[in-house]
Amino acid sequence: MDKLKFLLAGNPNVGKSTVFNQLTGMKQHVGNWPGKTVELKSGSFTFENYDIEVIDLPGNYSLTPYSVEEQVSRDAIIHESNDAVINVIDAENIQRNLYLTLQIMETGANTVLAVNMLNYAEEAGFKIDLKKLEKALGIPVVEVDAREGTGLDNLVKAAIKASKNPSDNSQNLTYGFELDEQIKQVMELFPHLKVGSAPDSWTAVKLLEGDDEVLDLAENSSDKQNLRKVTEIRKQLEDKFDDNVDDAFIDARYAEINNIMKDSVKKPTDDKESITDKIDKIVTNKFLGLPIFFIVIFLIFHITYTIGAPFQDLIDQGWGMLSEYLFQIFGEGLVSSLLIDAVIGGVGGVLTFVPIIFILFFLLSLIEDIGYLARAAFVIDRAMHKVMGLSGKAFIPMILGFGCGVTAIMSTRTLSNESDRISTMLAIPFISCSARVPIYALFTAAFFSDPFQQTVVTFGLYILGMIVAVIVAKVLKSSVFSEESAPFIMELPPYRIPTLKSAVLHMWERGFLFIKKAGTIILGTSVLVWILANLPPGVEYGSANSIIGMFGSVLAPIFGPLGFGFWQAAVALVFGLMAKEIVVSTFGTLFSLAEDDEQGISGVLSQMFTPLSAISFMVFTLLYPACFAAIGAIKEESNSWKWTLASIGICLVIAYVLSLIVFQGGLLLGYK
Amino acid sequence: MVKTVDDLRPGESGIVKTHKVKGTLGKHLREMGLISGIPVKLERKAPLGYPVEIRIQGFSLALRKEEAQSIELE
Repeated sequence: MDKLKFLLAGNPNVGKSTVFNQLTGMKQHVGNWPGKTVELKSGSFTFENYDIEVIDLPGNYSLTPYSVEEQVSRDAIIHESNDAVINVIDAENIQRNLYLTLQIMETGANTVLAVNMLNYAEEAGFKIDLKKLEKALGIPVVEVDAREGTGLDNLVKAAIKASKNPSDNSQNLTYGFELDEQIKQVMELFPHLKVGSAPDSWTAVKLLEGDDEVLDLAENSSDKQNLRKVTEIRKQLEDKFDDNVDDAFIDARYAEINNIMKDSVKKPTDDKESITDKIDKIVTNKFLGLPIFFIVIFLIFHITYTIGAPFQDLIDQGWGMLSEYLFQIFGEGLVSSLLIDAVIGGVGGVLTFVPIIFILFFLLSLIEDIGYLARAAFVIDRAMHKVMGLSGKAFIPMILGFGCGVTAIMSTRTLSNESDRISTMLAIPFISCSARVPIYALFTAAFFSDPFQQTVVTFGLYILGMIVAVIVAKVLKSSVFSEESAPFIMELPPYRIPTLKSAVLHMWERGFLFIKKAGTIILGTSVLVWILANLPPGVEYGSANSIIGMFGSVLAPIFGPLGFGFWQAAVALVFGLMAKEIVVSTFGTLFSLAEDDEQGISGVLSQMFTPLSAISFMVFTLLYPACFAAIGAIKEESNSWKWTLASIGICLVIAYVLSLIVFQGGLLLGYK
Repeated sequence: MVKTVDDLRPGESGIVKTHKVKGTLGKHLREMGLISGIPVKLERKAPLGYPVEIRIQGFSLALRKEEAQSIELE
């Protein structure tokens, strides 16, 4: 079998991912580009007697490195060895799409053009002659319908054929007489400068455009004294065009595109109202826009939890039965304790979230494919930007945080720039997720007899979490990321009928990632905590004499100023890292009560806590680092230990300071 | 007063003035097809006033106030 490697490039919303899904099906691997927060999707399939690997590049409008996404695509095309670059374009937006096509061709890549959504374009009044387009561009052009999966065989055949006989069409492109002339001059000035697989003409264009990366390379090359001459040429050109050279190149590319389209593309003459327009008139309406937005968000939640909850209970019951069964087999002892307390207690609890994650990402993928996600961001952007400094797209991850922080962090992938992704990710752990509810329920019930007071305390905790999240995001955006204030340009793509296949694949991909995480990070940390709770040999699980108990005793004085300076609280907090609701059952274990004996636990708690220190403790559990699953998700999504540790550090400091203020402030005001 | 996209009312159109969107934003928009001399239509405003939706070369973009103000019209 011969091996081939294709890169898949294209604008956002052109059906590139659909092409990818159709080609590779379930044989996909999702990770990150080395050292980047950008998603790297690769997949493989066999065709005739070829083993074909496909890499799905991020969706870009151009290869100019404004953000990591463009950088990743550009580096992949220039530096990764590949047999062909398949460029998927949306026929209805052919002009803008061809801009990226030209930039890809400039790199000398062996390019194949896949024209998608031709039917939509024809409906809108376009007439596109693919044969003529192929001739004008000088690269193979294939019609595909990614949704239906038609034309893909032809596309693969064309790409295989192109890989046999790779062609560099960069030399056929023209930027107009003046620029072409200067490109030649610059090429002569730097005959030895090589950037990956790119031709000299590309390097020359980038030098003229003032591209940072290529300028740096030139600076370190043997011909660096010639850079002065490049600057002179650039000056001359700027005088001639009365414009920046890089802008002159943009106009030149569009001139070339018009030239290419002249014979092959007829644009519609009238701008008739499309279905998208009609839907948008309602969905983004001045009065209806926001209510519709909130209804959609509510429905997503409602559907997720009503469908998911029974499955969640079922899994929970399954674990319960399994625990009993294991207990019968192994009896009381280390083995059953390891399996029941560590593996099932840590991983099993987390796995009950799987149905919710599956349903949620299925729904999110649907509304993204339909095109509503962009409208939702459009409708809420102003509020999000004013309050948190984030784009409207960050709203959904934030709201998801009330359900489960892990899903919320995983959904930050929908955000289009890195600074928004990181800021949102670090703010999410402060949003009060559903796993904290049992803690609030237990403590408020134990210390506040008046149901109204219970509600006020719980509500106050939710509000506190939101305020902290808002401040953290805002501070991050205006300090660490202040220089990266990327302009807000978001395309509002036409509404499309989604495909079940892509939603299911998306759901499977996210769900599987979660299961994998549960099996690795969460399993590891749960077992570690269990070992510490059982050492030195012979101690009672998690008792004062175990390592974790001793650890708790060491930590306890630190919590003294917060009002809960006893080792049991410290141990409960450490256990709470496995999953926040474990805080409650830990108190049960530590006082040798049944885990579900809430009355017993309440009784013990009221001897150790006062109402004030109980509030302080709840504030701490709200704000201190989220569970291992969430920390793992931050590591996975940010692809950086630095941000993961930063998140843990920020959580610890904020939790400590605010609990301290609550407790000491409360004491000063005369509360107990 | 120079007229910008921000001054358009929903449904109104204008022509992008030559070389007037500067900086990275200008380059970004220009690469997406917002080149001098092309018509821009302000399609609608978001319920909260911003962003605005503009239509250029057959597709729709959302822009915040700042971005809309930086695109000058003839």
